[in-house]
Amino acid sequence: MAVVTTPTTLERALPAMDNAEVLRIRNDFPVLDQLVNGRPLVYLDSGATSQNPLSVIEAEQEFYEQRNAAVHRGAHHLAVEATEVFEDARQTVADFVGADYAEIVWTSNATEGLNLISYALSNAGLWAAQGRGDARLRELGLGPGDEIVVTEMEHHANLIPWQELAYRTGAVLRYIPVDDSGKLHLDQAAEIVGERTRLLAFTHASNVLGTINPVAELVAIARRAGALVVLDACQSAPHLSLNVKQLDVDFAVFSGHKMLGPTGIGVLYGKQELLDVLPPYQTGGSMITTVTMERAEYLAAPQRFEAGTQKISQAVALAAAVNYLTETGLDRVHRWESELGQRMVAGLEAIDGIRVLGPAAGQDRIGLAAFDVAGVHAHDVGQFLDARGIAVRVGHHCAQPLHRRLGLTATTRASAYLYNTTDDVDEFLDAVSGVRAYFRA
Amino acid sequence: MSLDQLYQQIILDHSKARHGSGLAETPAPEGASTGQSHQLNPVCGDEVTLRVAVNHGTVAQLAWDGAGCSISMASASVLSEMAEGMSVEELRSVIESFREVLRSRGKVHADPEVLGDAAAFEGVARYAARVKCAMISWVAAEDALNQAA
Repeated sequence: MAVVTTPTTLERALPAMDNAEVLRIRNDFPVLDQLVNGRPLVYLDSGATSQNPLSVIEAEQEFYEQRNAAVHRGAHHLAVEATEVFEDARQTVADFVGADYAEIVWTSNATEGLNLISYALSNAGLWAAQGRGDARLRELGLGPGDEIVVTEMEHHANLIPWQELAYRTGAVLRYIPVDDSGKLHLDQAAEIVGERTRLLAFTHASNVLGTINPVAELVAIARRAGALVVLDACQSAPHLSLNVKQLDVDFAVFSGHKMLGPTGIGVLYGKQELLDVLPPYQTGGSMITTVTMERAEYLAAPQRFEAGTQKISQAVALAAAVNYLTETGLDRVHRWESELGQRMVAGLEAIDGIRVLGPAAGQDRIGLAAFDVAGVHAHDVGQFLDARGIAVRVGHHCAQPLHRRLGLTATTRASAYLYNTTDDVDEFLDAVSGVRAYFRA
Repeated sequence: MSLDQLYQQIILDHSKARHGSGLAETPAPEGASTGQSHQLNPVCGDEVTLRVAVNHGTVAQLAWDGAGCSISMASASVLSEMAEGMSVEELRSVIESFREVLRSRGKVHADPEVLGDAAAFEGVARYAARVKCAMISWVAAEDALNQAA
């Protein structure tokens, strides 16, 4: 029997996104309606942080105006209401990525999620060595002779926590290299990930190259080796339909502020059977069952990983962001952004002296493009564009090893979202075409 | 403020001229006392390695290697051109004046009598993100002077 899973019935009923719809969407984003240096703002830095629709801003305000209280404690009316909306938000996010409710842990950002996994795994080794906790912890801890594998295109947040995990445990860190076109060397991946590999961590979509990595193939390679899989979904969760169960990853992380939500909140997905046995990373209030002066027993996941007062208003606002994305339809958003990404790359490639990183025009990429301008430093490019009201990111984008691999120290990156029109891209391309002349490169 | 006020002609010229650039090709004068400093801006990867040679209390040479934006390269070039021939005390005092202007967010105006071509960087003070670009070689020079003295 044929089972149609995507696009959803609702999405099939909706036409593809176009500029007219984007202009309506923009009305929901007050920050976009302003002049910068006398020009209408063209915001092409959503890969760094996205803007918030009114529904998100209002959700946070409404929480503070009507429901603000500590969650999971106190029997009063507001405490009950706050707990309800906080936990409803968890369900909303779980549904959004195809996870179960208890598999979603709130973190302050994706970086904290990755550090949480890294420390929970080294704590697993410490606990197992002392006979503490579940027997399965003996298989989760790492030690000398074990290997952790990442890729050469990782954001520092999905590299350094693993360097430090290797340092703490005596394991060795290895990486899958990228080729000149910005794709992973999959043939080498199958050799690098072997019987010593305990964990494979990689990004779903590169924040520099725009490459979408073949998750299924990498997961298959990891499974053959019996390794855990950690997926950095920061650049994918906001832009395409994500189903963590279908992808069969063990952990996934993403950030609220890159998906129309507020800063200060991120999400960690972990398979129930892993979260249930892993030791906590931070300890304190709200995550315990019994505490004596000598020791403590911990709650089950997700509370076990949520020590201290939580990011309540942020969780509620993030749920509003998820609803905004779901109502627009992520498959539609993804197609629109792919179009913008292709338009960027094709336009950039046509400008003399521009080198676009990652896949060439016509090949799959998310809606961003990082590039080098011959003879002009990225900071100068960014300043030139800013004078025309165009916001882009300049620097190494927290991916120094990748830049070094490509022979660069800094690049300029334009990244689009559902509120960008093709005019935004054309405006940006027109400005870039004047950069080299201005700096006499 | 317009882009042209930030990227003044002097800055664009110096970013190409790179006066004093090339440590290996510019050996320090014999008998001079030298100090060297490496500075890195982790935000953008701008990098400067700068060497000062001091002879009887006078800056005999200021040479550097670097990679970075036009502001950082031009500022190293201007500094190198200005510094040579100054007394160590003079250079320290000019560095202090430059820092005061750059950190003032546009409130302190540059005195061309004191800062010469470096007065052209006054506009950078209004761009908080670029102040470090303009300062990097001056910070390196200060550090290098401490070692040479």
